[in-house]
Amino acid sequence: MSFPWAKNYEPVNPVMRFFDEKLPLPRFVYNAVGAGYPVPRNLSYLWNFGVLAGFCLVLQIVTGVILAMHYAANAGVAFNSVEHIMRDVNWGWLMRYAHANGASFFFVVIYIHIFRGFFYSSYKAPREMIWLIGVVIFLLMMATAFMGYVLPWGQMSFWGAKVITGLFGAIPFVGEPLQVWLLGGFAPDNAALNRFFSLHFLLPFVIAGAVILHIWALHIPGSSNPTGVEVKTESDTLPFHPYFTAKDGFGLGVFLIIYMAFVFFLPNYLGHPDNYIPANPLSTPAHIVPEWYFWPFYAILRAFTGDLTIPLLGIQIIPAKLLGVLAMFSAILVWFFLPWLDKSPVRSGHYRPLFRKFFWFGLIPTMLVLFWCGGAPAEEPYVMLSQLATAYYFAHFLIILPIISSIERPERLPSSITEAVLGTDKPATAAA
Amino acid sequence: MATTGTEELSGIGSDEGASGDGVRRRDFIEIAAVSAAGVGALATLVPLVSQMAPSKDVLAESTTELDVSAIETGQAIKAVFRKQPVFVRNLTPAEIEAANAVDVGSLRDPQTLAERTKEGHENWLITMGVCTHLGCVPLGAAEGEPRGEFGGYFCPCHGSHYDTAARIRKGPAPLNLEVPEYTFTTDTTVVIG
Repeated sequence: MSFPWAKNYEPVNPVMRFFDEKLPLPRFVYNAVGAGYPVPRNLSYLWNFGVLAGFCLVLQIVTGVILAMHYAANAGVAFNSVEHIMRDVNWGWLMRYAHANGASFFFVVIYIHIFRGFFYSSYKAPREMIWLIGVVIFLLMMATAFMGYVLPWGQMSFWGAKVITGLFGAIPFVGEPLQVWLLGGFAPDNAALNRFFSLHFLLPFVIAGAVILHIWALHIPGSSNPTGVEVKTESDTLPFHPYFTAKDGFGLGVFLIIYMAFVFFLPNYLGHPDNYIPANPLSTPAHIVPEWYFWPFYAILRAFTGDLTIPLLGIQIIPAKLLGVLAMFSAILVWFFLPWLDKSPVRSGHYRPLFRKFFWFGLIPTMLVLFWCGGAPAEEPYVMLSQLATAYYFAHFLIILPIISSIERPERLPSSITEAVLGTDKPATAAA
Repeated sequence: MATTGTEELSGIGSDEGASGDGVRRRDFIEIAAVSAAGVGALATLVPLVSQMAPSKDVLAESTTELDVSAIETGQAIKAVFRKQPVFVRNLTPAEIEAANAVDVGSLRDPQTLAERTKEGHENWLITMGVCTHLGCVPLGAAEGEPRGEFGGYFCPCHGSHYDTAARIRKGPAPLNLEVPEYTFTTDTTVVIG
C-alpha cells in the first residue's frame, strides 16, 4: 500500500509502543490519516470534501443518537415528541436543528465531492473501486435521509412516505404486495414509522462501514490530484499530517461558519413549512415536494408523462409511472458505469478542452434545471424543461462522454506533479 | 489427505478412499450437514421477512362498515378504509346519465358506470379517495369543494379531473379512482373490504 517513501510509524511514547505491539491501531491511524500517508502536494480545496463528508457523518450520528433518546416512534405521539425536543429538552432545539440542517449540509458536501469526481474523472483506473463504493454510499445516504424525514410525522413526512413507497407500487405484478410489505399496512402508519426509525438508526453505521471500505480502497493507489498525473517521486507528495490535516482543518472552519449560520439564523430555511402540520391521511398538501437534495431526481421521476407504447398498435409496454421510477433509479445507477463509459486516458478536466465545455455548459446547467424543476409544481413550463434536461442528462453519460473520449485531443500534460507546481521537474530544496 | 493419529483414534479415517472413485463417506456427511444447515438458514428467512407484512391488528381494521342512509342524493362523504380515504357518493340521475353518455372507447381507462357500481345500487359510487397518479386525496367529496371539469372529483396536486363515475378524464393520472371490494349487506349498509 502507498508509496515506498511513506514514513514508518515509530512510537516514542512507551504507552503507545506497548499499545502498538499488542494491537497496531495507532500504526493504522498513522498510515491512514497521519504522517504515514503521502498525498499529492497540489491538492486544491476541492479535495477537502471527503474529510468534510466524514465530519458530517459523525455529526449526524452524534446528534441523531441524542435525538433518539428523546424521540418516540409512534404515530400517535411522534409529532409531539419532536415538539417536546424543541421546547422541553435541554438544548433539544440545537440538537434537532443541527441534525436537520446537518442532513442538508451533508448533501451539499457530497454533491461537491461527486462533481469534483466528475470533473477530475476520479472514477478512472486505478480508482474504480473507490468510485463504485462511493455510489453505494450515496444510495445509502438517500435511503437514510428519506426515512429520517418521515420521522417527525408531519404532513410532508407522511405524504413523502406515501409517494416514495408508491414508487415501488409501480413495479409490475409484485408492486402492490411489495408496497404493503414495505409499509406493514395499506398506507403509512405506525408500522411504517417504527421500521423507518429502526432503519434510520441502523443505516448510518452501514454507511460508516462503507466509508471505511471507501478509504481503504483509496489508500491502495493513493489520492488523485488536480492534474490527474500520477505520483512519480517523493517530491510529488507531502505527508497527510501536518500539511493536509491543516488544510482540511481550515476548510472545516469555513464549513462550520456557513453551517452554523444556518443552524442559528435560518434553521427552517431548507425545510418545508407544511411539515409543522401533523400528518393527516385524509388531506393532501397542495404541493408535495421532497427535501431539496432530492429535487433533481424528483424532476426526472416526473418528467415521464406518457406511456411507452408500440406505435400505431397502441399496445402499452411500460406505463408512464414505471418509466419515471426506472429513470429516477437509472439516473444514479448510470454512475456505476462511468469508469467504462469515459475511456479518455487523461483524467483532469483541466487538460480536456471538449470535455470541459460539456461539463460546464452541459452537465452543470442540466443539473441546475433539474434541481429547479424538481422543486416546482408539476405544470408547464417545468414539465417540458424537466423532459429536455432528463434527455440531456442521460445523453451526457451514455452518448456524449464516450464520443468525447474518442474524438478529443487533450492538451499537453505536465510531466509530473512537481513540474505542475514548480514549473520544473527538479525538486526544490525548500520543498518539504 | 494423510491419515493422522487423531483420526485413527476416533476411528473415522480408516474408510478413506474406500469407494475407489475419490469420494469418501465423510464427503457425503459434509454435504448433507451443510445442506441441512443451509435449509435451516433459509427457513429462518420466513419469520424475518414476514414480520414486515401487515400485523394482525392492522389486518383487523381492514374492513369498514358504513351506514349510508343519511347521504342524500347528490351528496358524498369521506370515510376511512385501511387508513385511506374512501368516497361514498349518492349520484343524481343527471350524473348517472352524464356518466353513461360517455363513449367508453374514448376513455384512458375504459369502464362503464355499471362496471364500477353494484347491480341494484347504481346510484352508489364508492371509490378510494386516492388519486392514481401520486396518491393525493382528490377534492369533490365534501360540500363546496371543486369537482373538476367533469363534475366528479378534482385532484389539486397535479390537476387530474375525474368524471361522475370517478373515471380519469384529464390530467396525469393513469387510471380511474380504484373501486374497493364492497358489498351491500342491507339496502343502507355497506361493508368495504
